[in-house]
Amino acid sequence: MTPHLEITDQPIAVAAALAAVQTDAAGAVNAFIGTVRNQSGGRPVRRLHYESYDSMALTQLGHVVAQAAAKWPMLQAVAVVHRKGTLALGDVAVVVAVATPHRAESFAACQFIIDTLKQVVTIWKREEYEDGTEWVAAHP
Amino acid sequence: MSLKIALYGITREIVGTSVIELPAPAPATVGALLAELRRQYPALGELRSCAVAVNNEYAPHDQALHTADEIALIPPVAGG
Repeated sequence: MTPHLEITDQPIAVAAALAAVQTDAAGAVNAFIGTVRNQSGGRPVRRLHYESYDSMALTQLGHVVAQAAAKWPMLQAVAVVHRKGTLALGDVAVVVAVATPHRAESFAACQFIIDTLKQVVTIWKREEYEDGTEWVAAHP
Repeated sequence: MSLKIALYGITREIVGTSVIELPAPAPATVGALLAELRRQYPALGELRSCAVAVNNEYAPHDQALHTADEIALIPPVAGG
């Protein structure tokens, strides 16, 4: 299985990410779509800035998908597309799409990939508020 | 021997540039490099975590560093 992995500064085409995992062997396509929320911990957010270390992010994403394929050998196809640059409220920040023969594994594999992505993939988020900005999760 | 270190996110703001070049610490290991950077830039020590990547992989503290390595400081990630 060769996953479709992409870091882009262009708006994410969700339908294209879903189409990338379509296969006749799969009866289930499961997708997580992360979007920009208007608040963080009760503080209004105006927009987000994502920065990426692309080559390492893609390397680590490849590891995450390989781990998922080892845990769920029935995984047929995976697409992960992450946006970088400046995003407005409601913009799509990330799409994870997986295809499996049956639905239960599609939910589990999709959740594993987005959860692990958040822990290891070298992308950073700076939230912009009315009165300043902050790097998310930088400080204890 | 000198090392080039790429900086991302908040580490780039703390150091004030996107790449720094330093004489290799003795011993030339990931752990010694982190200690030297924290000495020069104490704000790095206030982060929740600060990892070092070598050639696109997270590197353990005892890993040796070489001039040709692609080295980067990795502050807490926040994708998704």
